[in-house]
Amino acid sequence: MHPGTQGGGVTAQPAYKVIIGMEVHVQLATVSKMFTGAANGFGGAPNAQVDPVILGLPGVLPVINRRAVEMAMMVGLALNCDIARHTKWDRKSYYYPDLPKNYQISQYDQPLCGAGELQLPLPDGRMKTVRIRRAHLEEDAGKLLHESGAAESLVDLNRAGTPLLEIVTEPDLASPEEARLFGEELRRICRYLGVSEGIMQQGHMRFEPNINLHIYPEGSPEGRVVRTPITEIKNLNSFRAVERACGYEIQRQLADWIADPNAAAGGGKSTRGWDDDEGVTLLQREKEEAHDYRYFPDPDLVPLHVGEQWVAELRQGQPELPIARRRRYEAMGLSVKEAASITEEKPIADLFDRAVALGGPVRRVTNLILGSGAKLANERAARESRVYLASDLAVTPAQYAALGRMVEDGVISASAAATVFDHLAENPDADPLAAAKELGLIQVRDAGQTELWVRQAIESNPQAVTDYKHNPKKKQASLGFLRGAVMKASGGKADPRLVGELLEKILNTAE
Amino acid sequence: MLHELSALETRDKIAAGDITAVQAAAAAFDRIRSLEPKLHCYNSLLEEKAMDSAAAIDRLRAAGKPLGLLAGVPIALKDNLCTTFGATTCSSRMLKDFRAPYNATVIEKLSAAGAVFLGKTNLDEFAMGSSTENSAFGPTRNPWNTDRVPGGSSGGSAAATAARLCAASLGSDTGGSIRQPASLCGIVGLKPTYGLVSRYGLVAFASSLDQIGPMTRTVSDAALLLQVLAGHDPLDSTSWPAEPQNYLDGLEKPLESVRIGLPEEFFGSGTDRQVLAAVNAAIEFYKSQGAEIVPVKLPHTKYGIAAYYVIAPAEASSNLARYDGVHYGHRTASAGDIYELYAASRAEGFGPEVQRRIMLGTYALSSGYYDAYYVRALKIRTLIKRDFDDAFKQCDFIACPTSPTTAFEIGSKSGDPLQMYLCDVFTVTCNIAGIPGMNIPCGFSSDRLPIGLQLFGPVFSEARMLRLARQYEKHHPWHTQTPPV
Repeated sequence: MHPGTQGGGVTAQPAYKVIIGMEVHVQLATVSKMFTGAANGFGGAPNAQVDPVILGLPGVLPVINRRAVEMAMMVGLALNCDIARHTKWDRKSYYYPDLPKNYQISQYDQPLCGAGELQLPLPDGRMKTVRIRRAHLEEDAGKLLHESGAAESLVDLNRAGTPLLEIVTEPDLASPEEARLFGEELRRICRYLGVSEGIMQQGHMRFEPNINLHIYPEGSPEGRVVRTPITEIKNLNSFRAVERACGYEIQRQLADWIADPNAAAGGGKSTRGWDDDEGVTLLQREKEEAHDYRYFPDPDLVPLHVGEQWVAELRQGQPELPIARRRRYEAMGLSVKEAASITEEKPIADLFDRAVALGGPVRRVTNLILGSGAKLANERAARESRVYLASDLAVTPAQYAALGRMVEDGVISASAAATVFDHLAENPDADPLAAAKELGLIQVRDAGQTELWVRQAIESNPQAVTDYKHNPKKKQASLGFLRGAVMKASGGKADPRLVGELLEKILNTAE
Repeated sequence: MLHELSALETRDKIAAGDITAVQAAAAAFDRIRSLEPKLHCYNSLLEEKAMDSAAAIDRLRAAGKPLGLLAGVPIALKDNLCTTFGATTCSSRMLKDFRAPYNATVIEKLSAAGAVFLGKTNLDEFAMGSSTENSAFGPTRNPWNTDRVPGGSSGGSAAATAARLCAASLGSDTGGSIRQPASLCGIVGLKPTYGLVSRYGLVAFASSLDQIGPMTRTVSDAALLLQVLAGHDPLDSTSWPAEPQNYLDGLEKPLESVRIGLPEEFFGSGTDRQVLAAVNAAIEFYKSQGAEIVPVKLPHTKYGIAAYYVIAPAEASSNLARYDGVHYGHRTASAGDIYELYAASRAEGFGPEVQRRIMLGTYALSSGYYDAYYVRALKIRTLIKRDFDDAFKQCDFIACPTSPTTAFEIGSKSGDPLQMYLCDVFTVTCNIAGIPGMNIPCGFSSDRLPIGLQLFGPVFSEARMLRLARQYEKHHPWHTQTPPV
């Protein structure tokens, strides 16, 4: 609840609560389309990925894509949905040139996936339960191309017939941020399941928040409650747009209510579009203009019976989901932030698991992935202008494990490990130990040699020594600075623990 | 005369070398040239392609290669079956110039069996009608009396088959469109069990009712064509994955101890007395052959027409939504915006009966009316199915008239849609229940118009039903009479 300014003047914002439910369309990454064998994929020449069924020619018939049904059930299982044992297909009728049959095959009253829930981790560490109302399968429409100045529009049906999973939540999201986090978590789940690449720019996932406010004019929910009319924001295809559009809509509904408390209360649902450039939502359709879709069961398709065994097999094959992995990693000693970072992308989490399974120490492997790995991947991503993950580097889980063990055993220092890592990324088949030797990075644990480097550093940095001895405020910083100087002098080969011991010993004894 | 040969006889004579496929095809086109101007059975002819296919069959035979079940048989196709050759018009202005880029599954099957396609036959626009008067290209005439309708919607196929303008033909049956014209033209017409024959490539009218079936002069030909047409098709989710049956073996062997049910609802006062007399005589024949005749009840028959004229238009309103002037088919010459384009293209492209049914169906599916019409019609559908299930506990087959009247005069009902709808009163419940039904000729009226006997059987009982029909035909060779046209 946003308390607002209590008991203030007439311009004060009242207390209110944000209510957001989400409709999400996920394109399923099947090989062929929802109801025919035509290839399913993004791009290509206009109208190249079509066949008589996609074109809606006379006499064609749809046939269910089994893999699309399985992918939908995988998402349903991940969201703890009830999987329907009997489901059917319905026609949703409306005329639009991107819909060749002028009806869309969808699921009206018997969705494949029923009620479920998604456990959403919030940044403060709390978990939020977002209830799922249903998830059903349908076919996507094509696209209209309006060329400026042209008298006619062009139709591209490549996207037509792509399997779509429409997921509908209960109105459980309480802020624009939660709406965004929900979208991001759902995308992560879909990517883990392998049912979608989740490339937002290609429209793999599209979000439609339904949003309104419960306003408390008397300052608290115990008093009078005003519900603003629900608006549905259509077709958002970035998380940023979801958060911004919801944020805008809250302020707009609030302003409407303040401007005219009677007009804004009650009323039906309207549909709004999001103008990303202007950062505003625009009215598209009032409730009175709502379609009559004339749903009825598609007589060309038979009802689908989902056997227990089929569901059991899919359940068996479900991968570990992001939230379960995060918890497991936290239990292994990773911080909440580290666990979230490692699980952000499944290939990285898989890399982590494999490196640890091969004997890599958890702490060292984590640091290597989130340090050297992330740094190098980010550089390459920037250089090549594309997505580049640590898991895309040539460094293998075995190399991570070996490198991590070398740091743990004091064979090389952490800073030397970073150098070796960069070397491995360029030389895929290199042995980490051999590389460390070749680069002269094997840690020197000889006390005499180390003491030489320590004394060298003390002599070269009199000011730091002075600060250490006489300025308590700078004592720790000076120590750290000197330790760095020793490591530098050693070319990274000195054993940091030994360096620390010798440094303090010499500084504290020598007057 | 070659055009008098049945499909089976034609095939056998070609296989034996008595005649060539080219001769058979040429004879069919000679016959077509002389009679087609009087009858208008065909929307388009495929002479060049047919002669090429026939020559190819003759070459195969000369080379000693195996021949298909229908090698060289001249066949006519209802013009709502998609073919990569010629146009597929559905007798509609909407699809006047439509050329399908693919073949219906039945076309692929007939081709593989060696059939020679003569042309595409006339029908009521989009198969909506019972007289073939609703064709955008003009009516087909009944070869027994050219002032009469041939029935519909497969009137072109029925008239062509009866008048020997083909050896056999394909029709489609949504509420009687194979059986009723077969009755009015005096031929055999079989509507198979729903799901026995693939609908892929049949331009949909009402998907849950449509079936393709053979229209032939003899029962044996119906069995022969069904042998080729039947079978599961992965492209049609509603086609039945059953083991293939043999419809030809044992066809000549009469059924033993068969029970034939007579539903009182099909023998009421609305039926022409001569029709009743001929049908009763056929039933007497079966009785004389040892069949047990049992009275049965199909009490929900009286709701059949009402349910049919909700379900079929509802599905049609959705199936025909794709003809919108945008992607293919007729597009209006003048339209301001997209909605005007839709409205004008459809108003110009569809005839009055198609428009009437689209409106009926759209209404029945509309919010607020759906439960009162569509849902109730589905409930009746369940009751009608149950009626047949109950009846088939007491009998093996049901016998009744196919049409309450013989062929009526052209123009006599076209102004009164309700009178026209009642032509289907004996045929629609078979589609509603999804069971097989067939018409076999059972005599003539005093004015020399054919009368048909209708048989219904349980699902997938076609093999036995054909034997029952053949038993009658063997003793009543009505099919040997040629129309006087």
